[in-house]
Amino acid sequence: MSALARHAEAALALLVAMVWISPLMFAGWAAFHAPTDAINFNLAAPWTLENFRTAWDGAPWLRYFLNTFLLVTSVLAGQFFLCTLAGFAFAQVEIPGKDVIFVLVLLQLFILPEVLIVENYAVAAQLGLLDSILGIGAPYMASAFGIFLMRQTFKSVPKELDEAARVEGCSTLGVLWRVYVPAARSTYLAYALVSIATHWNNFLWPLIVTNSDTTRPLTVGLSIFAAPENGVDISVISAATIMVIAPLLILFLVFQRQFVQAFLRAGIK
Amino acid sequence: MTMTANATDFYHSERRRRAIHGWLLLTPTLVMLTAFAFYPSIATVWTSLFSRGTRRNPSEFVGLENYARLFEDPTFREVALNNILYAAVTIPISIAIALVMALWANSKIPARGFVRSAYFTPTVLPMIAAANLWLFFYTPGFGVLDQILSLFGAPSVNWLGQPGTALWAVCAVTVWKESGFFMIFYLAALQTIPEDLREAAEIEGASRWTYTRRVVLPLLMPTTLFVLVNALINSVKLIDHLFILTKGGPSNSTKLILYYIWESAFAFFDAPAAAAMTVIVLIVLGAVAALQFRLLDRRIHYQ
Repeated sequence: MSALARHAEAALALLVAMVWISPLMFAGWAAFHAPTDAINFNLAAPWTLENFRTAWDGAPWLRYFLNTFLLVTSVLAGQFFLCTLAGFAFAQVEIPGKDVIFVLVLLQLFILPEVLIVENYAVAAQLGLLDSILGIGAPYMASAFGIFLMRQTFKSVPKELDEAARVEGCSTLGVLWRVYVPAARSTYLAYALVSIATHWNNFLWPLIVTNSDTTRPLTVGLSIFAAPENGVDISVISAATIMVIAPLLILFLVFQRQFVQAFLRAGIK
Repeated sequence: MTMTANATDFYHSERRRRAIHGWLLLTPTLVMLTAFAFYPSIATVWTSLFSRGTRRNPSEFVGLENYARLFEDPTFREVALNNILYAAVTIPISIAIALVMALWANSKIPARGFVRSAYFTPTVLPMIAAANLWLFFYTPGFGVLDQILSLFGAPSVNWLGQPGTALWAVCAVTVWKESGFFMIFYLAALQTIPEDLREAAEIEGASRWTYTRRVVLPLLMPTTLFVLVNALINSVKLIDHLFILTKGGPSNSTKLILYYIWESAFAFFDAPAAAAMTVIVLIVLGAVAALQFRLLDRRIHYQ
């Protein structure tokens, strides 16, 4: 009885897993078949790359890929720079009034850039950042989450290493660069994976800030390409969707363990 | 004597030097946060107190009039209700599914690696792409869902096209996207529960269900709170799929608050209304923040 229940449970777990990836599976299958076959679920239909050709010619994807790449790297660079300095200050430097500022910083966990779209748009306009990659990335660079993560990591670095480096004549920045940054390598990796996944996928703010193909990231490009007004068929949209998610999906499958660890670390630290 | 005085002097100047270094380290972050979090928050409150300026009538101070206008706006009421329903449906369901998934992914089942990745995969997909995938499931007539239902002789349903089902269809996508993400946190927490507890429970003759309910679930409480706060934030933030699936329709039945803010500001150019709504959302998120700071054991989770 118990063995039977156990088998039933395993079967159910597997069934849920199938259901969970079925949208992806179906899109993956539809992308390689003619739209009439995809609609009719014709499993015997011939495979084709035609949809990818049509999708690829339908929008400046190469530019979108480049924009997303530039966006993700610039956000990450900005986050690493700001969060390292601030995280270090909060963790290891004695500053009067530090706790109050730290709480202010943590508020940003709840005052999301997504919610402040209207006024952030005004700020971006005043700074001349509209329709630029920097404009998409700037609101996310001073990430409270990143600062918190770095602070926690730096706090766990043994004080002795810090003092030893100072005795050797290292300046504050020297200590940060020689002692703390190398000690936090795995946190940087985890944070990078979470940040890349987040900003590769971000949509609303990029949609608002960009208005030309030279700045649009993939998500915005895809939404325009797949808009019903464009009358693109199901197989071509599938092909475009698969194209957009492929790099991240491959990255995920290759670094699966690190990805999961990264999300865990990011949440639990 | 002089030596001590020198030492104190040195100590003080050293302290001052360190504090200055500290402030220098914080400056870039504070500048960015001021530009994109603090100043916009204050500006939002400010904007919400002024009328919408036109070329003829420059905007003027109107006090809380925008808020009054908002509460009389039937669309806003509908949108607020939609969002409450969206939160009330997606939060408990995705947390429950996440918990079950984590229990499965942590137990000895065949193909565990595949099961884990399958659950987690939606997390790495952009919501926009996910919405495209789901669109084919919901399309009336030839969508996957309709084709499956037609096997059982059910009639064709326009899931996204009618007010009665559209919000549920949107909720399903959100649950699908979030569950795998929350599962990860439960999985991590489960792996910290010592194996001895299970053995002890078995020796005591407790069934697996009793063990789960009496031992595992209480130990997962901090994780649940953490996940809950995340889910609450997501119920405001996660609206990308609306742009593909429904655009808030039919007749506002799937319009959520952030989408309405976007629409008010960037389609209707009614910045004061958008600002007033943003302030309300900030108040709600502030309450969530206060809840988190109070309820959570500070050492456990922040995000």
